[in-house]
Amino acid sequence: MNQLLYTRLELLRTVRNRRFFILSFGFPLIIYLLVAAPNRHVHDIDGTGLSAPLYFMIGWASYGTMNAMVACGARIAAERQAGWTRQLRISPLSPRAYFRTKVLTAYMMALISLLVLYVAGVCLGVSLSAGGWLGMTGLIIVGLIPFAALGITLGHLFTPDSIGPAMGGGVALLGLLGGTFFPLGQHGFLPELAQFLPSYWLVQASHVGVGGHGWAAKGWIVIAAWTLLLSALAVRAYRRDTGRV
Amino acid sequence: MSATVAPGQPRASAPDIELCGLVKSFSGPQGPIRAVRGVDVRIAAGETVALLGPNGAGKSTTIDMLLGLLSPDAGSVSVFGHPPSQAIARGAIGAMLQTGALIRDLSVRELVEMMASLYPAPLDVGEVLELAGLGDVAAQRTQKLSGGQTQRVRFAVALVSNPELLVLDEPTVAMDVEGRRDFWRTMRSFAARGKTVLFATHYLEEADAYADRAVLMAHGRIVADGPTNEIKAMVGLRTIRATLPDVDSGALAALPGVTGVERRGEAVVLSCSDSDAAIRALLAACPQARDIEIAAAGLEQAFLELTSEDPAGEAEAEAAAKLLGA
Repeated sequence: MNQLLYTRLELLRTVRNRRFFILSFGFPLIIYLLVAAPNRHVHDIDGTGLSAPLYFMIGWASYGTMNAMVACGARIAAERQAGWTRQLRISPLSPRAYFRTKVLTAYMMALISLLVLYVAGVCLGVSLSAGGWLGMTGLIIVGLIPFAALGITLGHLFTPDSIGPAMGGGVALLGLLGGTFFPLGQHGFLPELAQFLPSYWLVQASHVGVGGHGWAAKGWIVIAAWTLLLSALAVRAYRRDTGRV
Repeated sequence: MSATVAPGQPRASAPDIELCGLVKSFSGPQGPIRAVRGVDVRIAAGETVALLGPNGAGKSTTIDMLLGLLSPDAGSVSVFGHPPSQAIARGAIGAMLQTGALIRDLSVRELVEMMASLYPAPLDVGEVLELAGLGDVAAQRTQKLSGGQTQRVRFAVALVSNPELLVLDEPTVAMDVEGRRDFWRTMRSFAARGKTVLFATHYLEEADAYADRAVLMAHGRIVADGPTNEIKAMVGLRTIRATLPDVDSGALAALPGVTGVERRGEAVVLSCSDSDAAIRALLAACPQARDIEIAAAGLEQAFLELTSEDPAGEAEAEAAAKLLGA
């Protein structure tokens, strides 16, 4: 058995889907430039203590990476419709290896998306220490785990026809309520609610970039809880999904 | 993984593949659909067996249970002494499922390599591509293939795993005549390595030409199981149709070689196990018979003959039993 070759071909296959590849990086990049460029001299946006280019860089990077992670569901839905998932089930590929490969391709796309936004941020004057960049990226990588599970779950529940709205709507809603697109302010119901969403903590990773603290204990707990919940749902969806689609 | 069993010489021990009392129902709009109603099959290593039956006989459901894609409501499956999941985990089964397309954005060679990478002792990818007649399109992207080529790739994927048991569910459905011939030639040469092959088909000719043994399914049950020549004799029925008014059906049914009589207005249709004997006797007894046609009965009709129970009547009886139970 040669899992490395299998994974390499799966990654190659993902990159070869040019339209998906370009759209998933191009869209957040363009919006980021449109939103952040006019505000590039704002040093503290809405009392967050973050400059506008940094805040929006992380916001749109969150959006792009969330989408990139969840998009593994679209590939799964297409594979299911082709009957390929059934073909894999009658091969020695273990469910564990199947999930690992899916998560790896999702992370590959997410990291490319992140890099694209980082480069755009630097062009708009975002300047962080090496430790700041690394700490921030590390937290984002951890914060994306639940989204991989979300993508796999959706992929095994929806058909290729219906998964687009499910993914787009889900990510947009999580982004809106998590402060991905604009700051939520300090008081009221929305900021309270946001703290229970994984999307909120993705954006909070930006504070590490400027030398602030990492996530509060609450952040780690929220991410862990979503990871457990969505992983359980993903496994359940995968197990139940043995029929012909 | 080398072949240890010569073709046609099954091991003397327990059967290598055993389906035991399999039952499977699905929920349908008008209550449960009993797709498989008690299937028992034993296959020895090295055998090539055809699972023969009309559409809706329960062939695919049986195969899905054999492969562990469906769990039976009752009964058990054993493949080389293990449950299907274990046989699959060690790469002992290769299968071409009935429905299926390919994943896109890989070349034919890459896709077959990708699947080969999952198995402990795969065949050489180049060799398999040649065997499956894919040498010319090996570099093409999978989304650009024709229906017949797609089927060949799916066959290559099943072959490259170098399985001990090869399962093919109606493999030739999208293929043209020439493609079919090539396909079966390749399948035969693979079986000749001592491999076990089970294929589902609704063509009697395919079962007759390419299998040692045929298992006949109808309405979720096995109605016959034996060497293909015997099965062919059983279901290779002919019908004689003649315009013949004013003759008693009972007298016609008593003619040699006739198994059934149906009157359609002035015409009669005789189902025959031996149409030669029947036509001689018919002409001797009723020289006024005219417009005589002798035709091979379709597989569907042969199955109806074999499954003497009326499926509709049975369904009614079941519905009544359910009402009484409820």
